Amino acid sequence: MTSPTVAFDELLEMDGTPRHMALSECLASMPVHLLAQRQRYAEDELLEMGITFAVYGHNEGTEKIWPFDVVPRPVPWYEWQMVEAGLKQRIKALNLFLDDVYGEGKILKEGIVPQDLVLSAKTYRKECVGIRPPGGVWTHVTGTDLVRHSDGTIYVLEDNLRCPSGVSYVLENRELMKRVLPEVFFGSAIAPIDDYPERLLGTLLQTAPQHMNSPTAVLLTPGIYNSAYFEHSFLAQQMGIELVTGPDLFVDNDIVWMKTTRGPQRVDVIYRRIDDDFIDPECFRPDSMLGVPGVMRAYRKGNVTLANAPGTGVADDKAVYAYVPQIIQYYLNEEAILPNVPTYLCSDPDQCKYVLENLDSLVVKPTNESGGYGILMGPTAPAEERAKCAESIKKDPRNYIAQPMLTLSTVPTIADGALVPRHIDLRPFILYGEELFVLPGGLTRVALKEGSMIVNSSQGGGSKDTWVLLQ
Amino acid sequence: MLCRVANSVFWMSRYLERAENAARFIDVTSAIALGYRGRDEGLWSSLLLAGGDVENFQQRYTKATQANVTRFLLFDRENPNSVVSCLASARENARSIRENLTTPMWEAVNRFYLRVRAAAANSEQILAQPHPFLEQIKRSAHQVIGVTSATWSRGEAWQFSTMGYLLERADKTSRILDVKYFILHPDSEHLSVGVDVIQWGALLETTSALQMYRRTFGRIEPAKVVEFLVLNPRFPRSLRFCVWQAEDSLRAISGSPPQGFNNRAEQLLGQLSAQLSYARVSDILNDGLHEFVDDFQVRLNAVGEAVFDTFFQISGPERQSQQQRIIST
Repeated sequence: MTSPTVAFDELLEMDGTPRHMALSECLASMPVHLLAQRQRYAEDELLEMGITFAVYGHNEGTEKIWPFDVVPRPVPWYEWQMVEAGLKQRIKALNLFLDDVYGEGKILKEGIVPQDLVLSAKTYRKECVGIRPPGGVWTHVTGTDLVRHSDGTIYVLEDNLRCPSGVSYVLENRELMKRVLPEVFFGSAIAPIDDYPERLLGTLLQTAPQHMNSPTAVLLTPGIYNSAYFEHSFLAQQMGIELVTGPDLFVDNDIVWMKTTRGPQRVDVIYRRIDDDFIDPECFRPDSMLGVPGVMRAYRKGNVTLANAPGTGVADDKAVYAYVPQIIQYYLNEEAILPNVPTYLCSDPDQCKYVLENLDSLVVKPTNESGGYGILMGPTAPAEERAKCAESIKKDPRNYIAQPMLTLSTVPTIADGALVPRHIDLRPFILYGEELFVLPGGLTRVALKEGSMIVNSSQGGGSKDTWVLLQ
Repeated sequence: MLCRVANSVFWMSRYLERAENAARFIDVTSAIALGYRGRDEGLWSSLLLAGGDVENFQQRYTKATQANVTRFLLFDRENPNSVVSCLASARENARSIRENLTTPMWEAVNRFYLRVRAAAANSEQILAQPHPFLEQIKRSAHQVIGVTSATWSRGEAWQFSTMGYLLERADKTSRILDVKYFILHPDSEHLSVGVDVIQWGALLETTSALQMYRRTFGRIEPAKVVEFLVLNPRFPRSLRFCVWQAEDSLRAISGSPPQGFNNRAEQLLGQLSAQLSYARVSDILNDGLHEFVDDFQVRLNAVGEAVFDTFFQISGPERQSQQQRIIST
């Protein structure tokens, strides 16, 4: 990995030649003020459609629309094929890893991945030892975060194997683009994404407990105050399955039922958008009001499928992440197609020493957080924050990793009536049922502030439509 | 369907209908006020009385002026039955069951909510001239009913929704009749002479009933107006029509044959329906219109509670702010 220089531009080569002629020509033919006008129209539409996310700690404005930028982010076909193959390889290996970790534990015994590193992960669930979910599928839905550094290489930044969100924005953004900017679609062949709900439903039904003939799937949500509620509701609607909250379900005789106006109805597959911690107060956090008491008993008996399976978080622990290339090698006997970002494990004394000496050039992350929480951006953080971070690392080295600061690639984005480069990432979505499927493209998040690399929706990020260009 | 969903569908519809009727209430009172010779305050406080909102109102307002009452009924967030509160509740219910609604339905409810929210932010201007906003409320409500009818399958959810708005509508039509009672006939025996034809006409108009009334009875006579709004079997806002149709929906949900009942809700609604089917307007007027309306509301509330106990309670959702207070005399 070379040191950061100039950010990679996803639309233009270094010498200014367009990478995607049709798209660039079309954008050039439209005055910026027209684009900006369409953009405002798109945002009005989002509000009317109620496509919002919840911002915690507000009242009247609890729901915000997520800013949408009309300039699409292109991905060339040849590159997408590589990404797709890399993601399939990675997910396959991680599922074999999960099967092994909660099963025989061969990879730990052989010392390929240090046993204590895995067992000390906060997301390791001893309650899942000995469980094998139907088909050996642990991660039915994954949303892997990819970034392109200034060296032009696409790296895997994070494997989100628990309850990744964002796919509803992918689908809605495309619909919105077709309505507000039909012109840019002419002359471009873009991989369609409309079949995602169908595929997701297929994945859920394929992984139902073996004995079921026509299984019933539901989507379990924490409720309307959850930040991703729109997505839960959207996906349930698109799949035509019930959206349920914890109190809608109960467990009797190790079978899960939902309470309907015509009495209890059996549930076979739960696409749960609730974290492990909250899913069953009998098994995990006893104070959880969101979960279903006894659902883990039903799961252990094989009477219900939980998607994703409990315990998958151990494989997206950021320290375990560092071993994914070895994991791929071990189970598949292949080189990893998509590289990891070089990662220093603070649990290793030598690496920890290096991290502490180079805090001002590294990004430090807690191993078990998501959503961008608790991250220290070394180069830009004030000295006292770095000092505080160093203390935290020394106190609990297992809980931290560090990576070099990346320069995310850019795509032109509308700001104050002009097109300016803004940094982006990419979250493709991968389904795993009877086979692996990668939705072409994925969620492109964009940091709307100049120079910012933080793309999270809660911190000033927006989104773009992602186009996998077929020709 | 899920008990929680049934409950939310039912209440979404009730709140939408309640908002629309609040607009009608204000409209009828404004219309009557134009020819009213009594003190303005008496007029507007009778509106509060009919709606069962007096106590709630008096906690925050001193005088029942047009401005205060209109603000209370349209934009007061502390009033759970104000238009702005109803829309927030309707939309919250809709949002929690969005996957069960069609997209056009959800968007219509959401737009309705956004319009009312925008108006609330601009309330002074609206209060200076409320009529266009009141019209907009009615139109938005009709739009929801329209897309619902045009896009939603006639399944169980539809039946709960239908039952919800019909029960609410029956309650509100009876209250509009009562507004008239409080304003003009504290002494109910005077319900006769045509001195107040204009005002009875205004009342018909605000229930969108004037044209349909004319086609049925021609000239406006108080007893016939009451007959039309209470007993007409074909007018969609009459008590009888609403109760009949709600009974149909309830039977479709429980799958019970006619002339029988499987649960408490069906029993109570069936009794109410039978009473209306075999009533004569002269008997109602002789016994007292206000007393009739009062009794009707008590029984309608009992139906609402029985529906809750029969269909929604299993999953234990908290009872929504439900019934408005019964008018006490």
